[in-house]
Amino acid sequence: MYHEKIAGTHVFYCLYRGCCKMAATSATTFSIGSTASAGCKVGHLKQPKAFSIKFNSKNYLRTFNGLKSANSVNCRSVSSFLGSESQTALKRSYKGKLQKQNQRSYSYVQPQASYKVAVLGAAGGIGQPLALLVKMSPLVSALNLYDIANVKGVAADLSHCNTPSQVSDFTGASELANCLRDVNVVVIPAGVPRKPGMTRDDLFNINANIVRTLVEAVADNCPDAFIHIISNPVNSTVPIAAEVLKQKGVYDPKKLFGVTTLDVVRANTFVAQKKNLKLIDVDVPVIGGHAGITILPLLSKTKPSVTFTDTEVEELTVRIQNAGTEVVEAKAGAGSATLSMAYAAARFVESSLRALDGDSDVYECAYIQSDLTELPFFASRIKLGRNGVEAVIGSELQGLTEYEQKALEALKPELKASIEKGVAFVQKQPVTA
Amino acid sequence: MKAAMLRSVIRRSTTSSAASKTYLSSRGFSSESAPERKVAILGAAGGIGQPLSLLMKLNPLVSRLALYDIAGTPGVAADVSHINTRSEVKGYAADEQLGQALEGSDVVIIPAGVPRKPGMTRDDLFKINAGIVKSLCEAIAKYCPNALVNMISNPVNSTVPIAAEVFKSHGVYDEKRLFGVTTLDVVRAKTFYAGKANVNVAASPRANLSDEDIKALTKRTQDGGTEVVEAKAGKGSATLSMAYAGAIFADACLKGLNGVPDVVECSYVQSTVTELPFFASKVRLGKNGVEEVFGLGPLSDYEQQGLEALKPELKSSIEKGIAFVHGN
Repeated sequence: MYHEKIAGTHVFYCLYRGCCKMAATSATTFSIGSTASAGCKVGHLKQPKAFSIKFNSKNYLRTFNGLKSANSVNCRSVSSFLGSESQTALKRSYKGKLQKQNQRSYSYVQPQASYKVAVLGAAGGIGQPLALLVKMSPLVSALNLYDIANVKGVAADLSHCNTPSQVSDFTGASELANCLRDVNVVVIPAGVPRKPGMTRDDLFNINANIVRTLVEAVADNCPDAFIHIISNPVNSTVPIAAEVLKQKGVYDPKKLFGVTTLDVVRANTFVAQKKNLKLIDVDVPVIGGHAGITILPLLSKTKPSVTFTDTEVEELTVRIQNAGTEVVEAKAGAGSATLSMAYAAARFVESSLRALDGDSDVYECAYIQSDLTELPFFASRIKLGRNGVEAVIGSELQGLTEYEQKALEALKPELKASIEKGVAFVQKQPVTA
Repeated sequence: MKAAMLRSVIRRSTTSSAASKTYLSSRGFSSESAPERKVAILGAAGGIGQPLSLLMKLNPLVSRLALYDIAGTPGVAADVSHINTRSEVKGYAADEQLGQALEGSDVVIIPAGVPRKPGMTRDDLFKINAGIVKSLCEAIAKYCPNALVNMISNPVNSTVPIAAEVFKSHGVYDEKRLFGVTTLDVVRAKTFYAGKANVNVAASPRANLSDEDIKALTKRTQDGGTEVVEAKAGKGSATLSMAYAGAIFADACLKGLNGVPDVVECSYVQSTVTELPFFASKVRLGKNGVEEVFGLGPLSDYEQQGLEALKPELKSSIEKGIAFVHGN
């Protein structure tokens, strides 16, 4: 039965199904679940909602409610550290309504930590907090951390956390292959961040080489993995990755993603603030690319449905497009967004793991090879499944406002140029097969 | 915080009462009805402070998050503020803004200070960190004397007594509201135990360990921090696992404040469990902070020996902290 089968992962489902479920969690593990709106049967526009983190300290039945609507509050988490006698006692102590709910729910099963995740660039500004969040996921059995230096310390640090995943560290090119073997998801935050005054494109020369080398290794060692590219400029590094994978003969366009989740997160936050909405309810799809005007938030498609004045649309769109720069400026040379990027990336990893695990309700926005427009790569909402991209939700590009239509046309030339720059970079120096 | 910890931690008590189950079976707080809670992090731009800020931002029990440091906090706050979770984030930098950062706080977490380098003990940090902790506590006494203070800055054995003395001198000391965060030791004990007993980290501990194993685990838990300092080879001490543990403890404090029953965590608090004025053991957290300090229960011979052995060192660390405040 579906529930038992995915019992190990129902911590996550608990957060987004919006109905009462018993969630077995391992002690002190966190669930970073993105929630989807309940009730949209056909499934096209289920939106991932705000994350919540549940801290389940080992000794207690604890739940802390995430950012969910009231009816999903009855999510309980059972610390699976309880021995079987205690669990029976626990079951008996529940009464009435709760018992009925129990019957609909899962058996108390330890979550199955079963997926291997590699983080390439794990000692960096994004890599470290990202590694922490992934370490906290009960779905992960192995966490492989790679960097050119300092990753031993990061791994030793994280290895002390009492969550299921085994942490391993890999330093330098000679260990990259071992890092990637048998991995299900590879996340690549490696590279240099922007300084004030720089565009993401200014990072191109350094980061293009880094991504190329890393993706070559992915192709050689875990060609079936989901590949999450964070390294900027994403608009170019994803096409770079695609070219490398093609030249190696292992390219699967369903499994290569530029992570644009942070744009969605920012859009959600800024819209909720502007319109005084409950954050948990807000979902704004973001399409296009991941730099400046190529980031196109579809405010007209906001859930819940909101009206914006023209000024608000302009202000919000610009703010969302420049949010990355906002942080670079605020950090005054100390870096770019790291913590919020780690959060967004971890959310996308979670979504991928859920999809791999057979969850049929996983939707995220991501930058992928796409037929939605005449451009070869384009970000839009997608449905994720076991094999990666299962469906591209094109319906969101219908019925755009005039502003959005204009913005869409305006972004295409820049996005096109970035894609071509990435492709050209690889084609100039083909990879060794 | 040593031998005795291991066994009490490992002996899982299934003392969750029926009451707690009923309570927890009823709906917890949705973010709309959860009480407003302000959490301030002093040292938010540091190695622990940043990931800790991230985790606290993700905690739906927090409605306001104040990030304070001597520098760098505007950037951290801008970063973290983009995350689509409940709390409103503000960054505060430098002395002048410390008061605003602290005003109205329910929980203040203090990771501020310098970390160890290889070869250093936590006590080597004393000179610098004692001064930092003292001035931060003076501000807490002034701006949010009722807050639950979660002390992370090392050496915790001394910085907690320092805080107590500062609060006393301002007439605001409440021993129920001052905690040395020892959660990471508990986390390490659990992790190392699971590894040694070859069980899942979440499994209920039933394995009987040999004496050698117990010795090895005790030592490893005691040296866990040093293990990371060495592995980081000069780049710092535990940051991510400390943030993780700090977030767990702060969460427990918030739950206690919100009336969740049976919130029990180990913590280093003013205590009569031994003849020492401060001691870490399990405490029950509630609306006033510490509601109950649990005793140690029956100890094995090895643990009893460990307990006696630790007392002189702990005593002198406590006295060093107290003397520091009165010396200045």
